[in-house]
Amino acid sequence: MWLFLLTEVMFFGGLFMAYLLMRNWYYPAFVEASHQLNIGWGTANTAVLIISSFTMAMSVYSAEMRRRGALVMFLVLTFILGLAFLGIKSIEYHEKWEKFHIPGIRYSTSAFTNPQSDPEVYKEYHDKPLPPDMASKTELYFFLYFAMTGMHALHMIIGIAILGFMIYKAKNGAYTTGHVTFVENFGLYWHFVDIIWIFLFPLLYLISRY
Amino acid sequence: MSETKANIDQTHKHGDEPVHEHHIVSPAIYGLILVALLIFTGLTVAASFVDLGQMRLFDTGFTLYWNPVVALAIACTKMTLVVLFFMHVKYSTKLTKLTVLSGFFIFLALIGMTLSDYVSRAWGRW
Repeated sequence: MWLFLLTEVMFFGGLFMAYLLMRNWYYPAFVEASHQLNIGWGTANTAVLIISSFTMAMSVYSAEMRRRGALVMFLVLTFILGLAFLGIKSIEYHEKWEKFHIPGIRYSTSAFTNPQSDPEVYKEYHDKPLPPDMASKTELYFFLYFAMTGMHALHMIIGIAILGFMIYKAKNGAYTTGHVTFVENFGLYWHFVDIIWIFLFPLLYLISRY
Repeated sequence: MSETKANIDQTHKHGDEPVHEHHIVSPAIYGLILVALLIFTGLTVAASFVDLGQMRLFDTGFTLYWNPVVALAIACTKMTLVVLFFMHVKYSTKLTKLTVLSGFFIFLALIGMTLSDYVSRAWGRW
């Protein structure tokens, strides 16, 4: 399982590397584009995911202690928290759709060439208008935003599907007979997805706010 | 990985096979880590609103901004807590520890080499 996770580190690593270079090249565009993300939702999602990691760890513990009821309960809690994360994420994606921030499909740079056109963000950050060539690079930020959070969300969806399968099996008495390996390995996967978010959150939401 | 190998009825003796010591982490530790992770999350959000300043890196022409450095340091701390306790690496075999460490090492080496190429190019001067 660890070897699989290391391949995943390399996979996400490529995206992080791309983000690092592009941010350096098009710094003003990345700063202003990141002001469009909502810290409240981002923080809430971080908390949701961390708590879901805790409930997952407790699932592993329950399986090790051979407590079927507790195992099912903690798996269901993890399942619900995973769905909550995706729910919040979809609210954020919907906002991007409404604001024309979907790269390639529905995109407008007007919030960056004319920041006053987006009063909610403007009153907090007083961004200066970007020249059109730099403003067009905000599309790159949103491309990376969707690539990274989308790939992360895909991992969550796969995880939630496996959780559903595990809840079904656990109800029928699996994993609490001493065979905890499947739950344990799934736990590693779930925590790994949490770690990816732990890095995505500061890089995409936080580092250009002051 | 294979279910046949690990944790089959622990009361059962495995003959010549080395007995797999299985450490069970207590809920108290999980709870403690959860609280620590939430505190660090609050900390990193709070720090992001403060301008932590910058530092000229001698005469290299590079400037180090402290905000991303602090944000990443907190993220690394959180990751370490998750890896050590939620993912049980602290209680795992040396082989697992070595696997995890070598993975991070290769990841950092790849990033480092890419960056060294990036900063040492004569951008726009060929």
